[in-house]
Amino acid sequence: MSGLQVELKHSLGDFNLNVSFSTQASGVTALFGPSGCGKTTILRAIAGLLNTHQGQVSLNGQQWQADNYFLPAYERPIGYVFQEASLFQHLSVRKNLEYGWKNIPQAKRHLKFDDVVELLGIGELLKRKTVKLSGGERQRIAIARALLTSPKLLLMDEPLSALDHGSKQAILPYLDSLHDELGIPSLYVTHDPNEAARLADEMVLLDKGKLLAQGKASKLLTRLDLPLAEFDDAAAILDGFVSAHDDTYHLSWISMHGGRIAVSQVNRPVGKHARVKIQAKDVSLSLKLHSDTSIFNILPVTIIDTHDINESQLIARLQLQDEQTLLARITRRSAITLGLKEGIQVYAQVKSVALI
Amino acid sequence: MDWQAVWLTLKLATITTLILLLVGTPIAWWLARSRSAWKEVIASIVALPLVLPPSVIGFYLLLLLGPNGPVGAFTQALGLGTLPFTFPGLVVGSVLYSLPFVVQPIRNAFEAIGNRPFEVAATLRASPWQSFYEIALPLARPGFLTGAVLGFAHTVGEFGVVLMIGGNIPGETKVISVAIYDHVEALEFQEAHLLSAGMLVFSFIVVASMYVLEKRIGVKPS
Repeated sequence: MSGLQVELKHSLGDFNLNVSFSTQASGVTALFGPSGCGKTTILRAIAGLLNTHQGQVSLNGQQWQADNYFLPAYERPIGYVFQEASLFQHLSVRKNLEYGWKNIPQAKRHLKFDDVVELLGIGELLKRKTVKLSGGERQRIAIARALLTSPKLLLMDEPLSALDHGSKQAILPYLDSLHDELGIPSLYVTHDPNEAARLADEMVLLDKGKLLAQGKASKLLTRLDLPLAEFDDAAAILDGFVSAHDDTYHLSWISMHGGRIAVSQVNRPVGKHARVKIQAKDVSLSLKLHSDTSIFNILPVTIIDTHDINESQLIARLQLQDEQTLLARITRRSAITLGLKEGIQVYAQVKSVALI
Repeated sequence: MDWQAVWLTLKLATITTLILLLVGTPIAWWLARSRSAWKEVIASIVALPLVLPPSVIGFYLLLLLGPNGPVGAFTQALGLGTLPFTFPGLVVGSVLYSLPFVVQPIRNAFEAIGNRPFEVAATLRASPWQSFYEIALPLARPGFLTGAVLGFAHTVGEFGVVLMIGGNIPGETKVISVAIYDHVEALEFQEAHLLSAGMLVFSFIVVASMYVLEKRIGVKPS
């Protein structure tokens, strides 16, 4: 059996955890939910830092926890990145990196030391003292340190939440490259929908110790029966590829089956995978294709369903020809005037797109 | 000058400190990390010498180690004779008497490390032994220094326990504090002055150097 199988029961005071899910043996899975929903508890149990006594955990068929069986954390092939970098302060940056590395027999090291250092851009920091690093630098070292154990599963517990906005933005590209270049399956705990949208392939949605839903991130973000679509900054993500660059107007075209979208020019080769985020409030709908508008990102879509958010607004879920979904937040008045309802074909006018 | 007493005192304090570091470290580790209900009971027993009059400790040790005590019977059965009024007996008494001075700072240092570094070490595949040697010991270094200095100094300064179970045998159990007492009893104030002033200077140096060293190597876990 490939992938991660998790089944956990745990009680702590009023809090009851009872979840069961499994994930693929590749890609990033976000464990998403509000604080106190049990996501960190789940991550710690998978790592072996917490024994729930009830449940089971296995990776690719190897049991880590079962009835009366508990593999201690230090024997599980995982990498763990904590919320705070938690570097060993009595060791230099280099020694911190080597700490896990030296515990792995040579034959089992799948990643080269120098490659990991380069991937996270920390070559310059090796000689420095850990106390002299910024928050973002520390966290990058913590990630590299975890990777150097050549883990079969990377567990990340809100690794960006302790960082300021700038450091967060600076570290995200490194997380992308982990994803693209290493192919280590990872579980990423977050309560930030933007982080989940940007990084996750799959999402496991949690609330009060229970599983709400699980599935592809792009699908879950737009499901109207889940709380995600009701957020003010509810957004959909579309996966496509860079199809052309327009040097005259400094634009790049991102294509997907069933439409294409222009974004400010990006430095990415044609053919490369690209993911864009479109906020529900930036999408308006029209019955006809307008050419006399400043908006030129217009996608033909079908309305799948709608959901009233409050007395004046509703959110509509739209499907592209390739079955990717988009959200539009519009007034109920418009919906009634235009006769918008399930099944009809409309044009989604996208005012703003963010490449993520 | 009573060089014999000075030498004996230093020998006693050194051996006692070494034994205390060996015995005190596991105790301190257990007290810092255990969640056992017995923890505070054991901690109280270890701390008892802080509040008990030294003569009480000496008295019970005398009974315990003497020819009619259980430990005495045991040492006699082994053909070692009895411990009171011998140097090894003094070592045993000093170890018990100075135990809290070594255990407490080391325990505090272990506790100050917190759980996180050990969790990190475990996720980096370090076995519990490895994280003890590679994480706990180096991070608790200031505690070990304080414990060793306090244990040494406290042993140098002990009097009551020594007098009860060691007596006053030159070269065997007559340490500086007992020698001073002897001199005062014999009204040899000049000699008493020499030793006392020496102790005063020694104590000051010990405490001062401890503060300085602690500041220099005291990388406090943040």
